[in-house]
This record gives sequence, C-alpha cells and structure tokens, in this order.
Amino acid sequence: MNAAVSVSEPMSVGRRRLRRLPAWICLIVAIVISLFPLYWMLRTAITPGPELPSDNAGLLPRHPTLINFERVLGLVSRDEARAAGGSGANLSFFLYLRNSVLYTGLITCLQTIFCAMAGYAFARLRFRGRDALFNVFVAALMVPPIFTLLPNFALVKQLGWLNTYQGLVAPSLLMTPFAVFFLRQFFLGIPRDVEQAAFIDGAGPWTVFWRVVLPMTKGPLFTLALTTAVWTWNDYLWPLLVAPGEDTRVLTAALGVFLKQSPNTSPDWTGLMAGSALSVVPVLLLVVFFGRRLVDSIQFSGMKG
Amino acid sequence: MTTTTLAKPATVTGAVPGRRRGDGRVALAFLAPVLIGFAAFYVYPAVRGAWYSLTDWNLLSDPRFVGLGNYAELAGDPLFWNSLKVTAYYVVLTVGMQITIGLGLAALLHRLTRSLVLRSLLVVPWLVPNVTSALLWMWLLDANLGFLNHLLTSLGLDNQGFLTSPELAMPSVAAVNAWGATGYTTLLLYAGMLLVPPQIYEAAALDGTGEVRTFFRITLPLIRPILAFVLVVSLIDSFQLFDTVAVTTKGGPVDATRVVYYYIYEEAFTHFKMGYASALALSLVLILGLLTFVQMRLLRASRSDLA
Repeated sequence: MNAAVSVSEPMSVGRRRLRRLPAWICLIVAIVISLFPLYWMLRTAITPGPELPSDNAGLLPRHPTLINFERVLGLVSRDEARAAGGSGANLSFFLYLRNSVLYTGLITCLQTIFCAMAGYAFARLRFRGRDALFNVFVAALMVPPIFTLLPNFALVKQLGWLNTYQGLVAPSLLMTPFAVFFLRQFFLGIPRDVEQAAFIDGAGPWTVFWRVVLPMTKGPLFTLALTTAVWTWNDYLWPLLVAPGEDTRVLTAALGVFLKQSPNTSPDWTGLMAGSALSVVPVLLLVVFFGRRLVDSIQFSGMKG
Repeated sequence: MTTTTLAKPATVTGAVPGRRRGDGRVALAFLAPVLIGFAAFYVYPAVRGAWYSLTDWNLLSDPRFVGLGNYAELAGDPLFWNSLKVTAYYVVLTVGMQITIGLGLAALLHRLTRSLVLRSLLVVPWLVPNVTSALLWMWLLDANLGFLNHLLTSLGLDNQGFLTSPELAMPSVAAVNAWGATGYTTLLLYAGMLLVPPQIYEAAALDGTGEVRTFFRITLPLIRPILAFVLVVSLIDSFQLFDTVAVTTKGGPVDATRVVYYYIYEEAFTHFKMGYASALALSLVLILGLLTFVQMRLLRASRSDLA
C-alpha cells in the first residue's frame, strides 16, 4: 500500500509539511486561547494592587510580588492587606482549601464505592424488579438538579444541618444516578470468565466483588472517581446555599463571597486573581499527574456515545 | 485478563451454579447505600417539591395550600417566559460555538497528530471551576482595565462593555462557557473520529480527495451518532447555566441574562417564594422531559453508517 501511495502522490514530505502549516497554526491558536487567560490570571495575581491601573498591559508586571497570595491566605496583617489593595475583609484560603479538599474527597471516595456496588448488582445479580428499578434511576438522570435542590435545601435546614459538613455532603455522598448508570454499563462490558471461575471455587458474590472484580477494574473506577472529583470541586450553588459560613465555606463559594465583599467600582482584581489561581492549582496537578488517564476517560465516554 | 490460578477445567455455560433462583438478599446488601441515598435525596424531595409547588411558602411559616395558583401565576409571568427565551438563546449560542469549534479542532487533531500533550492542554479550561473562569473572564472583559479592551484599543477600536451592554452580555457569557467546554467537546468528537476505519481515509487520499471535502463527505457523516450524543450532553449541561451568571451579570443588564436556573434561584432564595420556585422548577422538568423525548426520537433516527 505504501508503494501505491508514493506513486500516486509524488508530493515530497517537505511540501506536505508546508501544506499542513495553516492547520498547525489554527491548532496552536486554539491552545493559546485555551491557556492565555490562565496565564493572565497568574500575571495579575503577582502584580501589586495599587499599580494595576497603570500596569495592566505588559506580559510581565513591572514589580512582581507574592503579597496578593499572602493576603488571601491570611498571612499578613489587615493593614498590610488593605495597603496592598484589599477591602480589609478576613480571608483564609487555607481553610477554604481544606474544606474543598474534604468535600471533594469524601464524596468522591464514598460515592464511587457505593455506586460500584450498585452498578455491579444491576449488571450481574438477578433479583425481582431489577430492570424497573434501573429504569427509575435512568429517568432520574433526566431531571434537572434544581428540582430536587430546593426541597433538599429545606430538608437540610429542617435537620439543623446548615453550615455543617453533613449537610454539605449528604445529598451526593451515597449516590448519583449518573455514577450508577455509568458503572453498570461498564460492568456489563467486562467478560464474566474470571468471576465465574471464582464462583466455581465457592466464593460468594460479596467476595467476588471485593476480591476479584474491584481489583480488576481499578483503572476505570479511578477514571470515574476523577470525573466525580472534578465536578465536586467545581460545585458552587449547593455549597453556597447550605454552607456559606466561614468554617464550612468551600473555595468556589469563597471566591463568590470575596467578589461580593470587594467594592463594585474597583474590584480587588489582584486579590481575586490570587484566590482564583489557588482554586486552579489542584486541577493543574491533576493534569500533570493523570493527564493520560483524564484524556482517556473523556474519550472513553465519547466512544461509548 | 486470564487468571490461570483461578480457572478450572470445568466448562461453565449460562448461569453460575448455586445462584439459579436469583440473589435478592445479596442484591439488597449491594444496593442498600444507594437505595437509601436515592430515597432520601431524590424520591423524597421530588415528592416534597411537587407538594411545595401547590403551596405558598416562604421557608419560615408553614406552607399554605393554594392549589394550582402558582401555575396560573407562572403562565402569566413575563419574567418566566423571558427566562426561557434567554436560556434558549444562550443554549443555541454556546452549543453552536462549542460544536463548530470542537468539530474543527477535533478534525485538525485527528488529521495532524496523536499528541497526548496537546489534547491535555486543550482540556485544561474544562477543569477550571465555573466560578473561577467567570471571575477570570470578568477581569479579562473588564470595561476599563480588561485585557480584551486593551487589545481592541491598541487595534484602534472602541472599548466594549462586554458584560454590561444588554446586547453583548449574553453572547459574552456564552463565549466564556464555550471557552470552558470546547476542549471537552473536542475530545469527545476526536474519540468518535478515531472509530472511523483509517482505510476509508487512505482510499480518499488515493482518489485525490482534498481535506475539506474528506471532512464533509467522510468524517462528518460517519461520526453522526457521536455528534448527536455530544449535542444532547451539551444541551443538558447548558440548560443548567447558573454559576457564570451568578458571578458576572446577576441576570442583568435588564434581564438580558436572567436564565431560568438563575430566575428560580432568585425566587427561592432572595424573594423566599419557595412554592412559586418549586412550580417553576417542576415546569422546567416537564419542558426538558418533552425536549429529551423529541431528542431521543431524533437520536434513534441517526444511526451510524458504520454499523
């Protein structure tokens, strides 16, 4: 086949490359548009606040500084923070960061395990009403979350769980219909041979699930957990409603509050960008460490589509 | 995936021995946490939500039954209909941007490179929390000091109030979210393109078919099912626009960006009209259900030519 191509297509490699140049330029422009805003966020975060009105065009600030990071983390005194362009409001992004990590970590771990158990039951076990129950879960997938969000808020409020961790995590700690659906589809797709061999050896479904199936499917489970973690980390409306208090405030909600406290006419952009940058750090770590898995997991859902 | 240690010579066909009569009890154990979660935070609130929608309730006093009063009110509420119109406008804009740009980028990636680094870089904006990207773009689009206006003035053009002008606000919000989501859409479409057998492209190259023609005549028709899937996913996602509006425009200027999610949020949590908000939410469920039904019909109509 190679011979045929080279006969019918006498174009040299060099010319082929040249013809592809415009395509490469488009791709590079797309990458620049994707990443430049994040660079600009960082650039603004290391600019001294009072200098921003006169120093907002160059690729690098004239006097780079870390003061904005220090003040959103609550490391400098209130007067120093005010001098650097802050509104004087208390900021402790270490605390919000911890809350976000807790919120994301708890939900991701427990939800993935519980939904894997349910997905396995739907895919492999036989019981009455299985398909009907599964269809109810699928129907729940179609319901826009705001419909259950209002009564869930009322419920958490009645339980006296506002501004507590249990109120924050309750609705998504045990399950989401999506995760059950995704994992059931996944378990349906893996071959039964190994499980059956274990059953013949006398293992029960419980042992088979924990000892055989879970270790075998660590990769895909991790993939789903990664997606759940990204979603939970980004969540804004629910944490804003049920846990706006300082002690349980997560990063996204903290950024919203920070903006509200900052004067409308001249927002504290350098501080806001420092806070924003902090909320992106874990995301960048994910890309650095799990880039391949992340990309694969997105493409996996594309192939399944 | 073969484990010789576990495999026994016995041949197994069909059901696993000893489990012929079903595994109700075991299943219950496997399902217990999920069932509790589903009952407590999906079914129960759905029932309560439906009940609230028939009441007048401000979250503090007891709900007062008003029958279908809320529904009668929303039928004649210009803000509700406006919010649906604005949401539809947003959905068309943002999904249109995501899918056209996503298709273009996916095709470029597919024909040029298998580089994982490039794909990871493209997906970075999708990982940025909505709140963060809203803040970031609020700064980039700032009418006075924003970078984009800096670019415009250095090109000799006028400053634009991207988020403060009623005409530009919604397209700006749509563009901000397209910035966040296009990388994700690109990867989904790219995955679809990988499923097209490479021989088809080789044949096209042999026939001397140009790249543009190849894209419209081969790639596009063959990835139709995935395109339909991406369309559904991004439609559902876009309907739930809240974060970006809540941070940047708060529904303004003059209701230009008061999308339905934000309107429901305001009714419930700033005007404390919980009953009315529930009626709005339930109506949204019904409208989206209808749309999903229509979409499913369309999806079924678009089988792959590869299959």
